[in-house]
Amino acid sequence: MFWRKLPVACYYTGRISLEEAVIVKVIIMGCGRVGAQLASLLDAEGHDVTVLDINAHSFRRLPPSFSGTALVGDGTDLETLKKAGIEQADAFVAVTQGDNRNVMAAQIAKRIFNVPKVVCRIYDPLRKDVYEALGLEALSPTTIFAEMLKDRVLS
Amino acid sequence: MYIIIVGGGSVGYSLCKALLREGHEVLVLDKDPAKCEKFEDEFGSVCMRGDGCEVAVLAEAGASRADVFIAATNEDEDNLVACQVAKHKFGVPRTIARVNDPKNEEIFRRLGVDCPVSVTNVILEHIEEKLPTHPLIHLLSMGEGKMEVVEVKVLEGARSVGKAVKELSLPPDSVLALLIRNGQKPQVPTGDTVLNVNDRIIALTTVDGEEALKEALVGRSNG
Repeated sequence: MFWRKLPVACYYTGRISLEEAVIVKVIIMGCGRVGAQLASLLDAEGHDVTVLDINAHSFRRLPPSFSGTALVGDGTDLETLKKAGIEQADAFVAVTQGDNRNVMAAQIAKRIFNVPKVVCRIYDPLRKDVYEALGLEALSPTTIFAEMLKDRVLS
Repeated sequence: MYIIIVGGGSVGYSLCKALLREGHEVLVLDKDPAKCEKFEDEFGSVCMRGDGCEVAVLAEAGASRADVFIAATNEDEDNLVACQVAKHKFGVPRTIARVNDPKNEEIFRRLGVDCPVSVTNVILEHIEEKLPTHPLIHLLSMGEGKMEVVEVKVLEGARSVGKAVKELSLPPDSVLALLIRNGQKPQVPTGDTVLNVNDRIIALTTVDGEEALKEALVGRSNG
């Protein structure tokens, strides 16, 4: 049933044609609230999703409908990453609780496995600036949320 | 030299003690106030409380004037990030990281740490050195791990015994640097130096040439 693998949501809503429906292979490191939600969003669109977490208990956050792969393992370990299929991955997202773990895993994905799209979460805004200057695509929820709150307060 | 050490555990403690004794200016960074107090009690004000991965903490520690930066915590990812921030944000010329998982040594090197030190690999090398039957011992690796200095012991029955150095088929990228013969002063071997049983040779070689070098020096003679 190859069509199940397609980004069905986009296709069914008529936004894209069948030919344009590109499946992206994504590896998500960290199955916390953000990781699990991102995984279920991508999965619902028909992408090929693999979620990594060092604790199998974290996978309870994935919805029952999740059809991707959940793998127990450390995302800074080369063997685990290979097992997760990083050599064929189009994108890698690091969203564990630890800034440094995210930074290390993202650099491994980008520099060692040459994954085309790598995004990581760095809570510390200053550290985020350092790594952005080094070419990592990083998001700091701290900055983003503070700015959103500021806009709300002043509106 | 001004040396910053991140992590006041057992490695950080011993490093701090040794470097202070050699007369260096040392600053230890640790998140744990109890550890900081221990350092203060013993060495005076050499410890600052803070996360060594944080830009603000490193700025306060004066990282931009540090000559050497050593990350010695027991978390590999913290050591990596601390070294990268020190190097790229503060331009510290030499960063050294303790590597707890030996698999990470190569990763650290590829991600720009000047000198990753894997505790496990160091112990392994020491054990190898002590094993009498091992004919080739790694003494030092250099040039980003592509070159190495090795020690080779010429054993009885080796093809090279009684031969001059120029007669050996040494790989092109290897050099015999020193010959150590029992009871004699170490000498630099020339092409005419004849090898004896129990000679120890210090050689410089590429990692790729290592096998060929070993074969030339300690390979068994045929028949």
